Formats: sequence, structure tokens, C-alpha cells
Amino acid sequence: MCAMRPEPGHESGAADALGAGWKAVLTPEEIRRALSRIAHEILERTHGGEGIVLLGIPTRGVDLARRLAERIGEFEGTQPPYGSLDVTMHRDDLRLRPARALRRTEVPPDGVDGKTVVLVDDVLFSGRTVRAALDALNDLGRPRAVQLAVLVDRGHRELPIRADYVGKNLPTARGEVVRVHLAEIDGEDSVLLGERAA
Amino acid sequence: MKRHLISAADLSRDEAILIMDTTAELASVAGRPIRKLPTLRGLTVVNCFYEDSTRTRTSFEAAAKRLSADVINFSAKGSSVAKGESLKDTALTLEAMGTDAVIIRHGASGAAHTLARWVSGSVVNAGDGTHEHPTQALLDAFTMRQRLCGGERGQGLDGLRVTIVGDVLHSRVARSNVLLLHTLGAEVTLVAPPTLMPYAVGTWPCKVSYDLDAELRKADVVMMLRVQQERMSAAYFPSVREYRRRYGLDAGRMALLPDHAIVMHPGPMNRGVEIAAEVADSPRSTIVAQVSNGVVVRMAVLYLLLGGAGEGAGA
Repeated sequence: MCAMRPEPGHESGAADALGAGWKAVLTPEEIRRALSRIAHEILERTHGGEGIVLLGIPTRGVDLARRLAERIGEFEGTQPPYGSLDVTMHRDDLRLRPARALRRTEVPPDGVDGKTVVLVDDVLFSGRTVRAALDALNDLGRPRAVQLAVLVDRGHRELPIRADYVGKNLPTARGEVVRVHLAEIDGEDSVLLGERAA
Repeated sequence: MKRHLISAADLSRDEAILIMDTTAELASVAGRPIRKLPTLRGLTVVNCFYEDSTRTRTSFEAAAKRLSADVINFSAKGSSVAKGESLKDTALTLEAMGTDAVIIRHGASGAAHTLARWVSGSVVNAGDGTHEHPTQALLDAFTMRQRLCGGERGQGLDGLRVTIVGDVLHSRVARSNVLLLHTLGAEVTLVAPPTLMPYAVGTWPCKVSYDLDAELRKADVVMMLRVQQERMSAAYFPSVREYRRRYGLDAGRMALLPDHAIVMHPGPMNRGVEIAAEVADSPRSTIVAQVSNGVVVRMAVLYLLLGGAGEGAGA
């Protein structure tokens, strides 16, 4: 009755958009190991992952949160709940750009009240996305604690925010661009570093 | 998104789908303990209502407040309009006070379009005479997608058969719906007494029929329109009883519909005229869902018009 049309791609897009000069800083193997290590660290820091909820920040943070939850499930036998948290409506730079499409927020049925929420994102840069996420989380309930896991920390923080779990610390220049590709969205796992197109 | 929302015809397919997708995401906010987002903090939205309205005005007010905008309600009754102030002077007054968006309902067709030339903020048409009511069409389209298409992101209403029945002549809801549903790929059929069919309906992107029973058998959606007696200056049909017999939806007629079909009504209803009470209260009726979707659709429209910077489509 109602035919589907494919959703147009968004944000960074696939590898074909990349020109020359991009260098891989993490291989698929290294990403896999980094996520395994973060999963172990989360278990260690939260005493076996009791009462944790993993919330990914769209787009790629959601897939990372799911992978971490699966990894923790493999290690401990029970998979923690995971979901997604869209921060668009809480961003501080909304007025600087045209209105953006919203992404999905899906909170596990038990909610976040009294839980230890681990926010998951691909790249930590200015810290503004995480600030928006903390505000968005505030509207959903009152977690017992909030922690932050990122695949790449590239520095240049503009707010007093730090990550609890980091896949790789990547020193960058402000003008450089870090791009995370994940198999679920981009067809392959990789982290790339390049110059911003002039 | 463009700066204003005056007509459903202003929306491209992609923009209409963006509004519906945004609506779907915002709908989850209604189920949260805190039903408020900070997005439009510091912006002022004026509700400018020259005609009576319950659901549209309150729904725009609720939408703006849930996005943290400041809302000023202005109705013709009890304002300087009663002293003879023109639309232009009222617009300039509101402009001087600094408003970011004006929601206008007016008895004259084209009022919103005219107002858009005088104010610097966004103008949203909340019904102008017998012309258009685009946010009603958007909430109807969203309700159809939710109920009949699974509500997936990025979807249109391709191939959906929608029958709109009743006082099409005086209905801004019908015109906006025909334009928007056509953009989204639905097939629209209008059914009305010949006297209540608009003059140039042949140029509209829809089919026309005078046989309700035949149309009901193949409809996915039947939308009943209110008989707008307040706009009728002449006798358009012999009696209410005859209208009900030929164009009213009662339980017997509802049984002709396919099993999955839904019954819609933009409200306010004349129970016992165009729609029987037992139909309005049946599980097939989406009338209450339309009202709650109305708030969320208007949040999406306000966010997309005011939430970003300047012009340009967001996606």
C-alpha cells in the first residue's frame, strides 16, 4: 500500500567522498581490540556491570553502544540494556545552521532512573555534544551516575568534560578531520584522519 | 524548509517527509516525565486568531510551549481589532514588539500570505478563509502514515486511497489535504453534493465522485468534513436529513469499508449530520489520535521553521 523509498544518506557519508590524503589511524582489528578493552574496563569500573545502561549518541555512537553491550554480554553472560539518545534539540549551535533532522531516541524499557548510564560516542572533540547529551539525559530521568565512552579522543576540548573510557587518544590539529567508519553504516570499520577540504 | 508555511503546495515531497519524520521522533517526548525541550528558548511566538478555534489554537500554544518558546495569544475579540484596527497595523504592532513567528487564523482567504509580506519572522497559516490549513493536512498525513503504513522513516503515502467527503467548497482542510496527499503520492477522491463542490475542482490533482457508497468500498481512508453552516449564505442542500442520507457516514455505510480502513474527521464534528456518533466513537475513528498528533506536528513545524539558522533545507 505505501511503498518505501530509501532514506537518503546523511552526515559524513561513505568512503567514496574521501579524496587522497586520508590516512587510517585505526584498523578494523584495532577497533575490535579497543572495544573489547573498553568493555572490560566498564565491567571493572562498575563492579561487573551492575545496573548499567549504554546509550549511544546517533549516528555511529548507537552502533558502538550495541557492540559494547554485545561484548559485555559475551564476557559476563548477561547483556546490559542499550539504546540511543538524540541530542539535536539540546545543542548549543542550532541557530548557527539550518534546522537539522532529528535522530531516534530509544531508552530501554526500565529507563535510566538509578542506573549507571554510559554515554557512547565515536569521537570526542569540543565536548559540546556530550554537554547536550547530559542535558537530554536530564529530561529522561535521574541516573545514579553518568560515564562517557568514546572510540577516539582527539583533544581540543571547549568545556570541562572528559571521557572515562577511551579507545584511542589521537593528537590532532584543530583543522584536521577525524572520520569513523563502521561496518553497519559505511561497510567497513576504520578511523581516518585527514585535512578539512578547503 | 522555507521561512513560512502558507500553503500545503509550498512543501516538496522531501520537506513533507522531513516534517513527518521529525514528528515521529518528537512523539516520544510526550511519553517522558519532562515534556519539554529547550530548543526555542528565548523566541516569541504569537498566536493571532481572528476566527474562533479550540483545537488549533491550543495545539499551537502547547507545541510552542513544549519547545520552550514564549507564547502571546492574541484574538480579535477583546483586542484593538474590535476598534477597527487593520490587519496591517496589527502586524506592524506585533513586529515592533519583536516576534519570531506569527501563527495566523483569519476569515479572509490569503490573509497569511499578505501578512508574510509585512513581518520579518515566520508566518504559519492556521487557516485562512476557505483557502488552506496546511498543518491540519500534515497531521492528517502523519496519522495516515502511522496507522496504515507502519510509520517507517522516509515513507510517503504512495498508492494510499483517500476519500474526502462533504462540504469541500468551504473546506480549507480539503484543499490542503488534496495538495499535500498528492505530493506524498496518495490518490485522493472528493465526494460531495454538486452544490458543495468547488467551481474549478477539475484543475485539482484528484478525482471527483458523487457516489459515496461506491467510493467507500475501495477507500483506505475516509475523511468526513464538517458542514460549515456558518459560511453558508445560501441553501446548498434541501435539508440536513437529506444530506445525512446521501453523504453522512453511519454504521451501515462504515460496514462497506475494507477491514483496514480508517475514519478521519478534522473536527469540530456535527454528530448526527456528516458523521454518526457510533462511527465517531468506533475503533476505526482516528479523531482523538488526530488531535494528539496535531500538537506534535506543530512542534515539528515550529522547530523546522525556527530551530535552525535562516533559510535552507535541513536534512
